[in-house]
Amino acid sequence: MKKYTSRFDKERLFLGIAAPLLAIVAALVVTALVILATGKNPGPAFNDMLTYGTASDSQVYILNKATTYYLAGVAVAIGFRMNLFNIGVDGQYRLAAFIAAALGGALTLPGIVSIPLIILCAMAVGALWAAIAGVLKVTRGVSEVISTIMLNSIATAVIAYLLQPGRLGELDRAGTKVSTEPLPSGSQFFVFDTGAAGELWGFIVVSAVVGVLYWFVLGRTRFGFDLRTVGMSESAASASGVGVKKMIATSMILSGAVAGLIGMPTLLNDSHEFSNDFPGGIGFTGIAIALLGRNHPIGIALGAMLWGFLERTTNHLEFQGYDKEILGVIQGVIVLCVVIAYEVVRRYGIKRQQQRVGAELAAQAAGPVKKQEVA
Amino acid sequence: MVANRDIDITVHRGTVHALCGENGAGKSTLMKILYGMQKPDEGTITVDGEQVSFATPADAIARGIGMVHQHFMLADNLTVLENTVLGAERLHGIGAKARRRIEEISGAYGLNIRPDAHVEELGVADRQRVEILKVLYRGARTLILDEPTAVLVPQEVDALFDNLRELKSEGLTVIFISHKLGEVLSVADEITVIRRGTTVGTADPRSTTAKQLAELMVGSELPSPETEESTVTDRPMLTVDGLRLTQTDLDGVERVILDDISFTIHQGEVLGIAGVEGNGQSELVEAVMGMRDPGSGRIRLDKDDITHVATRRRREEGIGYIPEDRHRHGLLLEAPLWENRILGHVTERPNSKGGLLDLRAARADTARIVAAYDVRTPGIEVTAASLSGGNQQKLIVGREMSHRPKLLIAAHPTRGVDVGAQAQIWDQIREARREGLAVLLISADLDELIGLSDTLRVMYRGRLVADADPTTITPEELGSAMTGAAAGHLEHVDDSPEDEAR
Repeated sequence: MKKYTSRFDKERLFLGIAAPLLAIVAALVVTALVILATGKNPGPAFNDMLTYGTASDSQVYILNKATTYYLAGVAVAIGFRMNLFNIGVDGQYRLAAFIAAALGGALTLPGIVSIPLIILCAMAVGALWAAIAGVLKVTRGVSEVISTIMLNSIATAVIAYLLQPGRLGELDRAGTKVSTEPLPSGSQFFVFDTGAAGELWGFIVVSAVVGVLYWFVLGRTRFGFDLRTVGMSESAASASGVGVKKMIATSMILSGAVAGLIGMPTLLNDSHEFSNDFPGGIGFTGIAIALLGRNHPIGIALGAMLWGFLERTTNHLEFQGYDKEILGVIQGVIVLCVVIAYEVVRRYGIKRQQQRVGAELAAQAAGPVKKQEVA
Repeated sequence: MVANRDIDITVHRGTVHALCGENGAGKSTLMKILYGMQKPDEGTITVDGEQVSFATPADAIARGIGMVHQHFMLADNLTVLENTVLGAERLHGIGAKARRRIEEISGAYGLNIRPDAHVEELGVADRQRVEILKVLYRGARTLILDEPTAVLVPQEVDALFDNLRELKSEGLTVIFISHKLGEVLSVADEITVIRRGTTVGTADPRSTTAKQLAELMVGSELPSPETEESTVTDRPMLTVDGLRLTQTDLDGVERVILDDISFTIHQGEVLGIAGVEGNGQSELVEAVMGMRDPGSGRIRLDKDDITHVATRRRREEGIGYIPEDRHRHGLLLEAPLWENRILGHVTERPNSKGGLLDLRAARADTARIVAAYDVRTPGIEVTAASLSGGNQQKLIVGREMSHRPKLLIAAHPTRGVDVGAQAQIWDQIREARREGLAVLLISADLDELIGLSDTLRVMYRGRLVADADPTTITPEELGSAMTGAAAGHLEHVDDSPEDEAR
């Protein structure tokens, strides 16, 4: 018995890795073709990416980026595990970061009090913004895809309205940038000093904790089992006693709360204020990363680091005479390939397992069937 | 996996040829090959002396082979005429010519078709005739009928058989797939039996008994659903009182789905509910399980009022549930077996302690269920989807029984299950009943219902219209109440097959 189960596991592991690997290889091939088409040699470009991307300052940069991306990936993945497509992560984190920044700027408490307050405030805002979509879905049947897209636009408008001098924003001395009041230095998050390589953001610790919690809650708790059940089959979940509607609303809120954290590494470790050039669009990056990481806590981490690596290295390519649009091409192709490869591998895996089970059982029950004639 | 091997079958023109075998024996795969939905790895198919190869159903239709599927493929909101010409507009257009052709076919084979009726107004038997018409309209000379009697009551089955005889006398060929032996013997001219994917023999219906045929089909003795002496006690376990359920459809019209349903199941009693599917049985089950909130009425489980209690609480209180559609309601197909063992009982031991799952205990208990209930699987890490229907069902039965339910709701517990597994499931229900389990049994298999039940009720259009004594009643007598032709207490009449309504 044991033998069969372990073999299935190995095969499943192989299939799990095959899809993203396939996607990345395909993306490299397509990128090489694109670079060739622009009349340049892709060889040195890849070489430069590898050497520059593994330099120690690049490593720190990539990890800092990945800290943010990881949170975005987890926020989206919580929805995915539930069969919910939370496109609104983008609006949720921007609104959350903005309100938390405004609160942080107004607070004059010691860091040990104000930092948790800022983080909790961000999570609450993200959760509330997502809850609107969750409540609309369970009470009125509004698709979360539509409502979260619209909530993204509303968040943009709300931020634009409030981030003005006289409201929650203030104009800097040069008169070019509007931002919230900067956090007092006591409310800044700790960093790891890595010397010449730069500063590694301390928020990476929070990201890691979120990852562990995500794994633990989904895989080891009753609540997580209920959530996954709804994601796999709503009808089976409701027959098994899970309150499907409540679960949908809850997971939307959870996804929003994690989304609220996305802006925190930047706010607490880097910018210390929310301005009109606060990084945007990370919610959509999160979708790509969750897909790439198969909603798995470690997969998402690898995806987040890959994304950071690509950004870091393609920026540098520009100085080598290559076009910076290469980044978009690689990322786009990876996402496309990932979606296709997963579906192909998933179907293959199911079919293969069915065949194997059939073969095992046929071997067990192998008895010749004799033909006989009645009457 | 080899679904079919060494299949030898010869069907003569102008005959009804029955193909029988247990569920999962490979009948459907064979039919899919004949109808061009699946390609064989080896072997040949010959039609009228000419070797053919079908890549798609269209090729099969072009050769005059048509298929009537087990699940009807009709658009409810279109008329019979529209459904018939849909996709075959080139043949006779969509107007008067098509109507003439339909009336011609209907007249020639006694199908009794009303071209302008909307399909949603038709009953199951009428819909089936429309499916047959569709196939004939496309020029089929050979009809494949996949388990056509599964959805019919005995009287409708007789009418269908009359239609088949009509088709035969006009020189058409019918391939009739079934595992109901009585029907096969009464309508077929020739019988081919399939077992484990291969043809194991042919039989002549005039000189074969049902028992011989069954043994050929199963390869061993046939199980029977009969229970021994009654174990009914006088302690009520489930009491349903005046249950009413309505549903407002899209047009804002309120439809009554369940009306004035009252019954009591005692400890150790099996209450069987007979009825044509779609008469409210599924909704009744969902109301008792808490998946639908009844408009009025009361449901009591062992003295506790559970009318509005959540499904999870009901399960914890001791309701076991074998759903009619195990893929939709009973399993997580893409999850491993041990997760399926947790499904529905996540708050109970051994699956969890406090708020945390106990994976080790759940896995160990899954292995126990697999062994105790003879679930054929190479391990507990495989997905539920990779098991056969019978083994999936055994896993579900094992799971539900493992929590020692007070009340078991069994909806079609042996549907799509092979004969071996069927016997096991019946045994388990009987054994639990001896120990005081109350069972609400819903089944389309009238032999199963009559054999297992202590009390029988008949459901028709959302009401319990009749009751009967399972020790004397016959399937035919039940059937007339299922179509609404009889009501009240059904009394078995010895000399006349017709029953009387009182």
